[in-house]
Amino acid sequence: MELSAVEIARRVNAGENSAREVTDAVLAQIDVVDDRLGAYLTRLHDLARVSAGRVDARIRAGEHLPLAGVPVAVKDNMCLAGTRTTCGSKMLEGWVAPYTATAVARLLDAGAVPVGKANMDEFAMGSSCENSALGQTRNPYDLERVPGGSSGGSAAAVAAYEAAIGMGSDTGGSIREPAAFCNLVGFKPTYGRVSRYGLIAFASSLDQIGPLARSVEDAALAYDVMAGKDPMDSTSVDRPVEPAATALRSDLRGVRVGIVKEFGTQGLGPEIDSLYRRAYLDLEKLGATLVDVELPTADYGLATYYLIAPAECSSNLARFDGVRYGLRVDGEDVGRMYERTRAEGFGPEVKRRILIGTYALSSGYYDAYYVKAQKARTMFGADFKRAFERCDLIASPAASSPAFAFHAKSDPYSMYMMDYYTIPMSLAGLPALSVPCGYVLPEGSSRPMPMGLQLAAPLFGEAQLLAAANAYECATQHARQQRPEGAL
Amino acid sequence: MSSDNIDIRYVAKLARIELTDDEVERFGRQLADLLEHAKTLHELDTAAVPATAQVVESRNVARADAVGRCLEHETVMQMAPQRQGAFFRVPRIISEES
Repeated sequence: MELSAVEIARRVNAGENSAREVTDAVLAQIDVVDDRLGAYLTRLHDLARVSAGRVDARIRAGEHLPLAGVPVAVKDNMCLAGTRTTCGSKMLEGWVAPYTATAVARLLDAGAVPVGKANMDEFAMGSSCENSALGQTRNPYDLERVPGGSSGGSAAAVAAYEAAIGMGSDTGGSIREPAAFCNLVGFKPTYGRVSRYGLIAFASSLDQIGPLARSVEDAALAYDVMAGKDPMDSTSVDRPVEPAATALRSDLRGVRVGIVKEFGTQGLGPEIDSLYRRAYLDLEKLGATLVDVELPTADYGLATYYLIAPAECSSNLARFDGVRYGLRVDGEDVGRMYERTRAEGFGPEVKRRILIGTYALSSGYYDAYYVKAQKARTMFGADFKRAFERCDLIASPAASSPAFAFHAKSDPYSMYMMDYYTIPMSLAGLPALSVPCGYVLPEGSSRPMPMGLQLAAPLFGEAQLLAAANAYECATQHARQQRPEGAL
Repeated sequence: MSSDNIDIRYVAKLARIELTDDEVERFGRQLADLLEHAKTLHELDTAAVPATAQVVESRNVARADAVGRCLEHETVMQMAPQRQGAFFRVPRIISEES
């Protein structure tokens, strides 16, 4: 089932195909490829067929549904009532969600069909999916390489036609980096644009849900449905959503695109450097004006993020204590029970981040680390504000390399570096996306691997951002030049 | 501020995670490295900069104090690893002597 989400919805609404036909085709594809790929932790064949039947009944009753019959991969940190929701962790391995996340519910109400719960780095902490405690996901473009992370399962599923839309969550790059690695469009809206109700929290001031798709048009379609105020999430923003899917453009005339001086690509090697130079030139050819902008804090992004996110995670993950849900490991008193449950339930990366966060928040270190990072965060916001006085969008790499081989990043810091380009936008809450921009040949490999161009806009500039990305995508058509041969 | 002498066992105690000796050694080393990197933030002059906790402006909103929809009690209890009737069952908290 290689149809786009837009085309599936059109056909199902027009009665040319039933949602059930589309669903059966996608479930068959999952059965063929997913034993090799491992995109899904839970396949939802029964639920998908029932959901598709309901969509068909609504269509027959005369409804028009924006996502009629569109198969969706749901990242496994989003609750879907009655289905296992694990966060890729032993802590929640058998946990069944009792309610449905708002963003998921909105897609399903709009006619989307959930086909599986997708693998992820444990509690969304990671950039390769290797931190999942429950399974390995492979990159559809080269099975020996990672799909990126943390939304790696959603990305692999969409790239290998096991879904048309993937739901991801992005805290420091977890939608954009796997999108880049799997030749997809991955879109993180402005912080607060999409409700986080039912998204199991990692770092609450940064977490944001967004779509992964095989085209900008599909991502815009899904975004329009999931965005908007939700009374169940008090941080969701009460501000009208400017529809994006109907505002896509085919040129960039009048758009000023900022190139961040500190994000120079020379250090990424000649092949990658020339790829991004070409991407910037392509933006110019479409009518954009390129302007140099500065982001003096750029090199402090990782340090800032790796204090704030762990601090918030150490607080959020305190709820996993073996009392009310999830894993429990017995101990002779309640303290030992907590300590053993958390020792056994959490993997190394989660423990590492909880420990960093606990330390940064502990008495005597709070001001020096946590508050300092929050002040640095203010500087990111101010830097971007200044930059956006001179430009409408900012263009940069989405990741500093293509998908790497399994076990290639063994020390935590080299893995954290993968998010160098995406973290600054997260700290400032900006909407940002990755769109395919070509391929490079990794050393010693004969398989060209996709790369992503990151575009970012000022707060709430989603519609303009998607419009511009569509113009770039339609003019370059990079994603169509290679197929995910590894998986097919 | 020195991060060379992080008492990793104390931090783990605060975080309620039992660590093996191997983890104490490994996480201790990795934490020291990460905090060393975090210290680069001290190069930034933030004397006049306020802290940011939330990027999108939010304000306090009042709503009617009315009971809304929520999970059934039994639905919640069924998720419990151990229960006793309507309660979550946990190991002893207060010792007999106290």
